[in-house]
Amino acid sequence: MKDIPFTVELEDEEERPQEPPRRDSGGPGVPGDPGGPDVLTVGQLTRRIRGLLEEGLAHVAVEGELSNVKQAASGHVYFNLKDDSAQVRCVMFRAAAAGLRFEMEDGLHVMLRGRVSVYEQRGEYQIVVLAMEPRGAGALQLAFEQLKARLEAEGLFAPERKRPLPFLPRGIGIVTSPTGAAIRDMLHVLERRFPGMPVLLAPASVQGTPAPGEIAAALRTLGEIAPRQHLDVIICGRGGGSVEDLWAFNSEEVARAIAASPVPVISAVGHETDFTIADFVADLRAPTPSAAAELAVPVRGDLLTLVQDFRLRLSQRLDDHLSLRRERLAATRARLESPQDRLEQLALRLDDLGERLRSSGRGMITRWRERSGSASARLKLLRPDRFNRLHAETLKELQRRLQPALTRHVASLRERLGAQAELLDSLSPLKVLGRGYAVARMSDGTLLRSAGQTAPGDLLNLRLEDGQLETEVLKVLPAEPAALEAGREKQPPEGKSGGKTKGKPGGKKRK
Amino acid sequence: MSNVSFEQALKKLEDSVRRLEDGSLDLEEALQTFEEGIQWSRQCHLRLAEAEKKVEVLLKADREELIQVAFNLDEDA
Repeated sequence: MKDIPFTVELEDEEERPQEPPRRDSGGPGVPGDPGGPDVLTVGQLTRRIRGLLEEGLAHVAVEGELSNVKQAASGHVYFNLKDDSAQVRCVMFRAAAAGLRFEMEDGLHVMLRGRVSVYEQRGEYQIVVLAMEPRGAGALQLAFEQLKARLEAEGLFAPERKRPLPFLPRGIGIVTSPTGAAIRDMLHVLERRFPGMPVLLAPASVQGTPAPGEIAAALRTLGEIAPRQHLDVIICGRGGGSVEDLWAFNSEEVARAIAASPVPVISAVGHETDFTIADFVADLRAPTPSAAAELAVPVRGDLLTLVQDFRLRLSQRLDDHLSLRRERLAATRARLESPQDRLEQLALRLDDLGERLRSSGRGMITRWRERSGSASARLKLLRPDRFNRLHAETLKELQRRLQPALTRHVASLRERLGAQAELLDSLSPLKVLGRGYAVARMSDGTLLRSAGQTAPGDLLNLRLEDGQLETEVLKVLPAEPAALEAGREKQPPEGKSGGKTKGKPGGKKRK
Repeated sequence: MSNVSFEQALKKLEDSVRRLEDGSLDLEEALQTFEEGIQWSRQCHLRLAEAEKKVEVLLKADREELIQVAFNLDEDA
């Protein structure tokens, strides 16, 4: 490396062939001096390579896959473009990168245009990319998907972010072109549904490069003045067009302005089938601008009818309340008059009862009269003179037969009576008493069956065959269990107490 | 009452009607409810009538100052 100064001098003379034998300079296979080919410095070589490459490959179009994409702080983007067999370094400078509608990311299959360049200090060649287009899906589609995925991940499309539209806005802000079909459609619908609804139009280009910035600015402006202007909802959109025409509504700038709006935003872009990022961020998506206007306001006539209807019901219900009370009042007042009324009622009732009494009295008399009449008629039929003669014979015959029948009957009865008396006699307790037993009763007449029923001092009545004794219990001696059986057989009941009461025949006198 | 929205006023009106329809109010309450209902219906009417026909367009004058001018559809059509 010591001979660099020399070679540098030599390098400076590059374009002037100094030495005749070296016509095609740098030609590796050129036989030169005995010392071999020219000795070049690294710089010389690199510069020569650079010249060759940049001239020979000034315009290239390459297809491949992005990898190792890195954006430097400067804004330039560095990456590799590769395929199965090779890779090449690429750089896309900030200005070019800013024009991309999609983001470069690893794995993305792209076709790029640029020129080959050499970075001398590193001895590397690279492609300076001027334009890039995704392969497969279109660039716009890709940009759409990428932005959609990113904003969705941020939660900008979340259902809970959606604000309800006011039932009846006090005013409506509109962001669209003042000259498009959309504003006419919307104003017509608003006029039809709710004549007189205040509308404030914030004009903005809706296509072309300035569109996203203008739309976003208009949204911000309306948002700022919404409280003062009583704007309760904003419609943002445009009529139908190509995907390119609608592109402003797929920009991040517009999406963020919609998300930041202090009042609910209805998106109304293109036709039913068009879906834009704005639609996802908006609080409500309307399929068309006309539909947005329909969604923004209710029909004024319907509301008037509704209010009228309620008002009518109010009046009717109040009438109901009043008439109900009027009726109650009337009924109550009627009851206040009742003492007089009641007297009349009672007088009527009295008359009625009197009448019924009289008429029933008359009826009774009539009935008695009828009954007595028929009785006397029947009596006449039974006159004894006729009767006697008619039945004298029969009577005699009956009398004749009566006597023996009666005698026979009496004899039979007497016979049965005797038998019964005998039976009765055999069953009589008096017979038992005749055998020496006595019946003892308590003073209340209860039959005495157990010594335990009595206590000393109790008065007992003893019935014997031929009379009764009033006695008093002196002592109660329960039978000993062993002696019980024997005692029952050998001793008559009176032995227990009777023996000891003999001396007190006047027990009754002691009460 | 004057800064109540149409929807709120309508809801109040509806409440008044329902209370009155319920029939369990005494006379004083019924009269009061009726009166309130009438007030709310007046509010509703007011809200509906309030909107004057007004379509304006924002124009940016010098120095970012906003002005509003009447927007005439026919001119642009």
